[in-house]
Order: sequence, then C-alpha cells, then structure tokens
Amino acid sequence: MAKAASRNNTSSIQMIQKGLACGFPIMVGYLPIAITYGVLAKQSGMSVSELTLMSVMVFAGASQFMGANMIAVGTGTIEIIIATFVLNFRHFVMSLSFMNRLRGIDLKWKLPLSMGLTDETFAVASLHTKEAKMEKGAWFYTVIILAAYLSWVIGSFIGGMLGEIIPDKLSQSMGIALYAMFIGLLIPSVKKELKVGGIAIIAMLIHALCVQVGMSTGWAIVLGTILGGMSGIVLLRGEET
Amino acid sequence: MILLIIIGMSLVTMLPRMIPAFIVDKLQFRDWVNRWLNAIPYAALGALIFPGIMTVRPDQPHIGLLGGLVAIVLAFLGVNIILVVMAAIATVYVLT
Repeated sequence: MAKAASRNNTSSIQMIQKGLACGFPIMVGYLPIAITYGVLAKQSGMSVSELTLMSVMVFAGASQFMGANMIAVGTGTIEIIIATFVLNFRHFVMSLSFMNRLRGIDLKWKLPLSMGLTDETFAVASLHTKEAKMEKGAWFYTVIILAAYLSWVIGSFIGGMLGEIIPDKLSQSMGIALYAMFIGLLIPSVKKELKVGGIAIIAMLIHALCVQVGMSTGWAIVLGTILGGMSGIVLLRGEET
Repeated sequence: MILLIIIGMSLVTMLPRMIPAFIVDKLQFRDWVNRWLNAIPYAALGALIFPGIMTVRPDQPHIGLLGGLVAIVLAFLGVNIILVVMAAIATVYVLT
C-alpha cells in the first residue's frame, strides 16, 4: 500500500517536472509580451486592476491587445465582444483536437485544461501526446498551462504598473518571439516526419489566400487550420494515431 | 463599462474552449476524423506562423521573414527553443 502510494507520488512529481521543462519556453515568451500588453492597455485608459482582470478572465494575447486598442478608440462593447469571438474561435478547433487526445483523462481535469488553451499551450501540449496515456499525465498538461497562465497574468500586472519603460525598438523586436517559438516547435516534428511540414505549408497558403480575398485574420486562421488539417486525412494515412 | 467588456470577452473566449471537453466524451470518431484532428496542431502552427510573421514590422515584411529564417535554421540544427527565440529577436533588433 505504502509502496504503491510512493510510486504514484514519484510519477506525479516526474510529470510536474516534465511539465515545467516544457512550459518554460512559453513562460519566457509570454513575459515580455504580457508586459507590453500591460503597458499598452494602461495607455488605452484601463486601470491596472482592469487590465490584469482581463488577463485573468480572457487569457488570449492577441484578442487582449485588440480589445485594449478598441477600448482606446472608443469602440462599442458589442463590437469588441464579437471581434473577440471571431479572433478566438480557432481555439474551438484546437480544443477539439486536444480534448480528443485527452480521452483517457477525467472531465474534472479536462475542463480546466480546456479553459487554459491558447495557441502556445495547445502547440506545446499537443506535440507531447504520450503523456495523455500515462498515469498522472494530467499533471503534465496542467503544469504547462499553469506556468503559461501565471506568466501571462503576472506580466500583464507588471506592465500595467511600470508603464512605458521598455524602449520602443526592443518591444517591437519582441513581436517576433511567439512566431519564433511556433517555428521552434514545428521544425523538430518536421524533421521526424516530413509530411507534417506539408500540412503546415498547406495551412499557411490557405491562410494567405483567405487574407487575399479580404477575410479577417480570425476567420483566415480558422479556415487555414480546419482545411489545412484536412490534408492530414490523406497525408497521415497509415500513421499511428 | 470596461468590466462588462471583460466579462463578454471572457465568455466568448472560454465557451468555445470548453465545449469540446464535454463533447469528446459523448462521441466516438471514425479514423479519418481522428487523423484530421491529429493534423490540427501542425496546420494551426502553419496558419499562425505565416503570413502573420510578415507583420512583425508591417512596413518591412522582409524583416519578419528573415527573423523566421534564422529561427528555422537554428531549430533545424537542434538548438534549444529559448535560444531560437532569442536569436530571432536579436535578428529583428539588428535589422531595424
């Protein structure tokens, strides 16, 4: 009995350590962007508690930047909410994919995990699929998401408190951080399996095409993801799924 | 008023994230649907990277692309992801 308990303990501690290691790059990537959001939101007239509350309750970077901007220029409440829905709808598709991977895990874990799904947590978590089948695997995903969440909320608060302290040139250069992280996540998978690079490129082209015909970024990403993912129906045939 | 905006933004963001947690337990997907869903991470990464990366400096799209190129090369060489991110930031910083 005692033996079994200690074995379980070790495995959840191992999962937590593993989750921290995988979540660390997101923390590092989020912090400067969250600070920038805090600075920007403060300038757009939100109080520190409001802009931090937005990070606590929404936890979606791009839409928070957009929301702060729209508040600054005095856009109507309903318009801001609709724009947020459109921009974040991609998370529905991502969540469907992620939750399908987590079938073995209890709803009481899955529900909070789904709430913490962002582009970055989804990308990192869903490139680590074997933990979903391991005992205590839920800890792994929970730690990744908690690390990212805390970094985002604390960074927003710091940005709101500090105001304009980061030189413009540096904060603009930070804009590439998350893109570089996405690349850093994608390339190792492509090295392992060239086909997934094909799926990514098809999704890129669909996104670019949708923008060309005048679609908003939000819908273009949704279509790029859904239709690009469809190429996997053919390309991943015979793969172990 | 801002509080109302925050609550609204939270609802329309959180509900689409949460709904799949409930529906996957109720459904069994056919193989092709599973393959589709398993391809979503790669498709999402692709759609998130491009063309958005060109807006890092909206007036100079090549700067984002060059930063991305540096990231691709380093990631391909197996460099740690944190260093990949830092090198891309440095590239954009130097070029602007």
